[in-house]
Amino acid sequence: MHELAVCQALLDQVVAIALEHRARVQDVTVSIGPLSGVEPRLLAEAYPLACAGSAAEGSRLAIEVAPVCVRCRACGAETPARANRLVCGCCGACRPTWSGATNCC
Amino acid sequence: MCEDCGCGIPSHGGRATVETVAVIGQLLRANDDAAGHNRMHLDAAGVLAINLMSAPGSGKTSLLEATIEALAGEFRIAVIEGDLETENDARRIRAHGVPAVQITTGSACHLDAHMVHDALHEIAFDRIDLLFIENVGNLVCPASFDLGQHRDVVLLSVTEGDDKPAKYPVMFRKADAVLITKTDLAPYIGEFDIGRAEAALRDLASAAPLMPLSSRDGNNLSVWLDWVRSQAAALRVRHPAGAPHRHTHAPVS
Repeated sequence: MHELAVCQALLDQVVAIALEHRARVQDVTVSIGPLSGVEPRLLAEAYPLACAGSAAEGSRLAIEVAPVCVRCRACGAETPARANRLVCGCCGACRPTWSGATNCC
Repeated sequence: MCEDCGCGIPSHGGRATVETVAVIGQLLRANDDAAGHNRMHLDAAGVLAINLMSAPGSGKTSLLEATIEALAGEFRIAVIEGDLETENDARRIRAHGVPAVQITTGSACHLDAHMVHDALHEIAFDRIDLLFIENVGNLVCPASFDLGQHRDVVLLSVTEGDDKPAKYPVMFRKADAVLITKTDLAPYIGEFDIGRAEAALRDLASAAPLMPLSSRDGNNLSVWLDWVRSQAAALRVRHPAGAPHRHTHAPVS
């Protein structure tokens, strides 16, 4: 997707928090879900570029890739899923609730 | 300078205190804020906005032309067109007597909420009921940018692969409706299996209606038109048209 723009939006928030706490930015950790439209590898490459010249320059980015897990409304099972196979792994129902899929924060 | 944490205090006699601060909020917040503002414009005017997304050449503009003709006299329609270059699609729409604003994105591969905001200011809100936004032909990036629309519609033509919902899950999972277009060409193609396309869509845990149709011969177009009518009726219940939103604030950045 547009990882440089995503990095810049992330850094806007990080720098604002650093200013509020009068802190130096050392490490930034983000959690990314496979359905967020953000590609972790590209985000990692874009991060130092987006940081350059900002108050977060030199900080490290850690990315936690959240697994997709679906909780079934029909049978209650919680099963792992893939980005293009999001039905319940137990009973096959197609209206599950989500966890971890679209996170990008 | 302190060697422990790099702060300006020569020595504060110990280890740095590490505090974890959660950054709660969307990374695309600037876009999402602008999209929310667009939606406020649309709701205040009681205008239903439908975002059409697909690969290039799936028949978005042809669908709009057929829809405009079929709904003439029933809905007052405007269109925002997104393309990298040319006014071609806006010209096609205007030829049907409907106002169209062309956004040329240069090299950007999607519309964003700010572009749509600027285009909205060229549209007379009090004179329309229905706004179509034809996004840039692309099955990846447009899925990530809220424009302020009420509904997302994804087109998949029979000249493409029927496994596209599996290949582009972020886009197809976002769809409120999926249209299988160009069904008049199906007899000449053969490989496209609507059942397989629907199975791939349902694998995404999507309950979106799947509507095969042809804009060219009008086959099953009525199913799509009825869906549009039902969405417009639902919006009127949620947001009865009131006074148009007056723009007194500075442009959203």
